[in-house]
Amino acid sequence: MDKYFPNVDWLMMWDATKQTLYMTGISVLVTFILGILLGMLLFLTAKGNMWENKPINTVIAAIVNIFRSIPFIILIVLLIPFTTFLLGTMIGEAAALPALIVGAAPFYARMVEIGLREIDKGVIEAAKSMGATTWTIIWKVLLPESLPALISGITVTAIALVGYTAMAGAIGAGGLGNLAYNYGYQRNQNDVTVAATVIILIIVFVIQFIGDLITSKIDKR
Amino acid sequence: MISIKNVRKVFPSKQGQLTAVDDVTLEIKEGEIFGVIGYSGAGKSTLIRMLNGLELPTKGTVTVASREISKIKGSELRKARQEISMIFQHFNLLWSRSVSENIAFPLEIAGVKGPQRKKRVAELIKLVGLEGKENAYPSQLSGGQKQRVGIARALANNPKVLLCDEATSALDPQTTDSILDLLVDINQRLGLTIVLITHEMHVIRKICHRVAVMESGKVVEIGSVLDVFRNPQQPITKRFVQQVTEPEDTKETAEHLLEQYDSGQIVQLTFIGDSAEQPVITNLIRHSNVNVNILQGKISQTQSGSYGTLFIHIDGDDQEVDKAVDFIRSQQVGVEVVSHG
Repeated sequence: MDKYFPNVDWLMMWDATKQTLYMTGISVLVTFILGILLGMLLFLTAKGNMWENKPINTVIAAIVNIFRSIPFIILIVLLIPFTTFLLGTMIGEAAALPALIVGAAPFYARMVEIGLREIDKGVIEAAKSMGATTWTIIWKVLLPESLPALISGITVTAIALVGYTAMAGAIGAGGLGNLAYNYGYQRNQNDVTVAATVIILIIVFVIQFIGDLITSKIDKR
Repeated sequence: MISIKNVRKVFPSKQGQLTAVDDVTLEIKEGEIFGVIGYSGAGKSTLIRMLNGLELPTKGTVTVASREISKIKGSELRKARQEISMIFQHFNLLWSRSVSENIAFPLEIAGVKGPQRKKRVAELIKLVGLEGKENAYPSQLSGGQKQRVGIARALANNPKVLLCDEATSALDPQTTDSILDLLVDINQRLGLTIVLITHEMHVIRKICHRVAVMESGKVVEIGSVLDVFRNPQQPITKRFVQQVTEPEDTKETAEHLLEQYDSGQIVQLTFIGDSAEQPVITNLIRHSNVNVNILQGKISQTQSGSYGTLFIHIDGDDQEVDKAVDFIRSQQVGVEVVSHG
């Protein structure tokens, strides 16, 4: 091992991996909840749906589109005041979370909305014709019926988030991206970059595998 | 049971206003199987959706089981909907739920608790003949089985009315018949009022007691199924009746024969109930000096009696032929001369 990776401090690599997993884990969790909330609102307030409301729909759609369009590296910089206000610092893994979530939640919200729109309108109508309330429809029709789409969507988002954490690492958030940047790039230790890349690839493959497994388990279509 | 009074439904559209239902007034009795037939765009779908408040009338009132559906809102409307079930052309089952879970869904909505719910689901599965399929998912079922789940689901909360929105239109003829038999069975066993809309006269013929014919938003004809079959008034009704009584090749056969024989007449006879049992043709031949050639005949069963049609070619002396036609007319048999030879 030391022969191929002479500059790699494996303890440091392990710490960086944990930081990456931490950033990815928390941001995926919050993005999942926030994205479903936003996506659900986008869906329900759209024309012809239960909470049809053009002004609210337009405002949410605009916010989602704006934050989805800003390149992530710029978003981090833009959010510096917000992050320092929230956490008192701009350094460390926790400081990366606001930017990660603000960047990913709108992206996921759109996927949630698409997933919800794919539900057969007839099924929603059938639930209405049985006397279901909107809450019942949300919990027992919309969410279960779109679950495979929600899971495959969060899988894609989680993988994008792994990439985002690496970018956030480059400007001081820690993690594998930070390590690769500080050692691999700044000190020209290519073996560190390669090792960090391999670990990131493994993380991505594992996320994809878990996502596919869950999707195929719950998809009864 | 169901009373629709002066109901109008206007949809705003880009080309101005679209009147889907135009001043419809109907009364449907308790325990009746009532059919609404029309081509697509006739407004029948909008009409049936107003019976459970999925659409609200622009004008007029809809009353079902002494509740004014067109007026009530919120929890009262949801309560009413538990008594007015609906089945759909595309079944609209939740694919994420198994057969049992789909049937349990309306019970969950009605707040029926665990063990009682389980018992009711088992009863319903038996009622619609889906034993052994409890744990299957909709994607593993055939169209007919899916509609059985739809029916079981609709019956879960013991509704007073069952609305069928083109419930057999996506099924093959054989499956259609088995679903229709199930509906008749439910109607007789549970005394349920059934309202169905369709574009197939076969469905009306097979299970309905009364029928309303809709064309461009209006009810153009209404009556007992047998009356409508015997004596269709409107051209559109005649076309629908022909769907069942007159196979397409009849016309071709008639034309072919008319070309072959330049004499005689082709006559369509319609028999209802008792008249079907009289030996009309035998009497005809004995009574007049003509040759009778039977082209095509058919007897259909409706809920309130049988109905038959017969196409014959009468040949002979012109005077004798006219006499023969007059004779049939006097026999309580519907006569229509198709075309002159």
